[in-house]
Amino acid sequence: MIIQEQMKVVRHAEIAEHIFELTLAGKLVGEISSPGQFVHVRVSETMEPLLRRPISIASIDKESSQMTIIYRAEGRGTKLLSGKLSGETVNVLGPLGNGFPVEETAAGETAVLIGGGIGVPPLYELSKQLTAKGVKCIHILGFQTDAVCFYEEQFKQLGDTYIATVDGSRGTQGFVTDVMAQLHIDFATYYSCGPMPMLKAVQAAYSEKKGFLSFEQRMGCGIGACFACVCHTTEQTGQDYVKVCSDGPVFPAGVVSI
Amino acid sequence: MNRLSVKLPGLELKNPVMPASGCFGFGKEYANFYDLSKLGAIMIKATTLETRFGNPTPRVAETASGMLNAIGLQNPGLESVMENELPWLEQFDVPIIANVAGTETADYVEVAKTISTAPNVKALELNISCPNVKCGGITFGTDPVQACDLTAAVKEVSKVPVYVKLSPNVTDIKEIAKAVEEGGADGLTMINTLIGMRLDHKTGRPIIANGTGGLSGPAVKPVAIRMVYEVSQMVNIPIIGMGGISEADDVIDFLSAGASAVAVGTANFVDPFVCPNIIEELPAKLDDLGIGQLSELVGRSHRL
Repeated sequence: MIIQEQMKVVRHAEIAEHIFELTLAGKLVGEISSPGQFVHVRVSETMEPLLRRPISIASIDKESSQMTIIYRAEGRGTKLLSGKLSGETVNVLGPLGNGFPVEETAAGETAVLIGGGIGVPPLYELSKQLTAKGVKCIHILGFQTDAVCFYEEQFKQLGDTYIATVDGSRGTQGFVTDVMAQLHIDFATYYSCGPMPMLKAVQAAYSEKKGFLSFEQRMGCGIGACFACVCHTTEQTGQDYVKVCSDGPVFPAGVVSI
Repeated sequence: MNRLSVKLPGLELKNPVMPASGCFGFGKEYANFYDLSKLGAIMIKATTLETRFGNPTPRVAETASGMLNAIGLQNPGLESVMENELPWLEQFDVPIIANVAGTETADYVEVAKTISTAPNVKALELNISCPNVKCGGITFGTDPVQACDLTAAVKEVSKVPVYVKLSPNVTDIKEIAKAVEEGGADGLTMINTLIGMRLDHKTGRPIIANGTGGLSGPAVKPVAIRMVYEVSQMVNIPIIGMGGISEADDVIDFLSAGASAVAVGTANFVDPFVCPNIIEELPAKLDDLGIGQLSELVGRSHRL
């Protein structure tokens, strides 16, 4: 069930340049059903800035009713959010959307998780849940530059982790697809989240494989009512369009026309 | 008697608050949050004769205390609305105002003729003001002659009262209001969005794929209030006012300006509970003002 809640800020820290990790506590956490779901955050109690910000969930701890979200403070709204202190509250609507299907990879199989930039966070909870059920996870994470890399250590604890940076300041120089081309691995499933060009390249490179992609789109309501975040679908589906917020953000590879 | 009740052509409203067209889909998403029977009415998403996909994305951009949108009237088409959306809404005790859009007069007439026969559709809202489609929409709403003719054509076939949704993107909105009243409109709804644009700082190009979009949210409220104030003194048909309403005080302002009821649009995206919250707060607002019946507020500004 989607709820709106004043969630309490437990921790809030800048973990890389302009990248913030925000841990929130509240009963909303109990409603999260899959990794890759997101929340819609009000960054101000006033009408300025007006709209909520969709932010993906990076990790969940149901026992303590806490979740961690990771965002880049780039625009007006996220910069305001970055000023929230421990003990303050944040108005959160969620959980929203449909996440990654953990059940699509069986115990003993291998999954490749490919993330780009601020698309990396939801893959962390996904990897935690996959490894917990006995799936071997390989992570390929792309960033612009070393200064904005985050969570490398956390991913390494769950499985092999490869980093690519556009300027070569950490890991392989280039894109995630360059790492993919170098690695000759056999795997059952891939899961990916990141910018559209990356998703397109990943889907093309792994066209023979079963995969799931998480999309990003400018949103209004976040719940499927306003039709701001629609995407055209491919001919293999029975419908003309999907809404990223409520039908996605995760879709099987090949559903969204990219 | 319920102090919030409002009686308008075709509409017996429990309270003056309804979600505005395009900001509430066909109600399904918001029914997950509260009982839609609490609402005064529901203005459903614009319905056209054929299925429409709408505009390319990005379709929205935030602005100072507001947002731009260029959805482009995406909707499943008349047949699907009649077969799926309207029957689903029948489970709620709430009148539906069907927003009707089209490219040519014949489209409007066709949609109006059919949709006005649905048992829960108690009124039509003629969309002659959508700024985000190339044909139809606003071209009817910015020319008094066309606006009058279209209203008359739809009035002729509709089984329920017809409200006409006015565009603020005109030099003199009073002229259009008079024209649609002459055409036989039973009421007015106003205002639709103001055409605007936001540029990307890096590229210098518009953020919205359509280039321009319709501005809504608290930023447009003063414009809407002024227009309701002016038009309500010129016409003898009721007005459902809208434009930036996000709290109960805004409702008081619109009624004082001359509206008989109000619609809440963009604020639904910020707080899905905004409509029921406003409805709950209204009685205390009336108490503060020493007013018994909400309708006593209507047009208060003209009397000063």
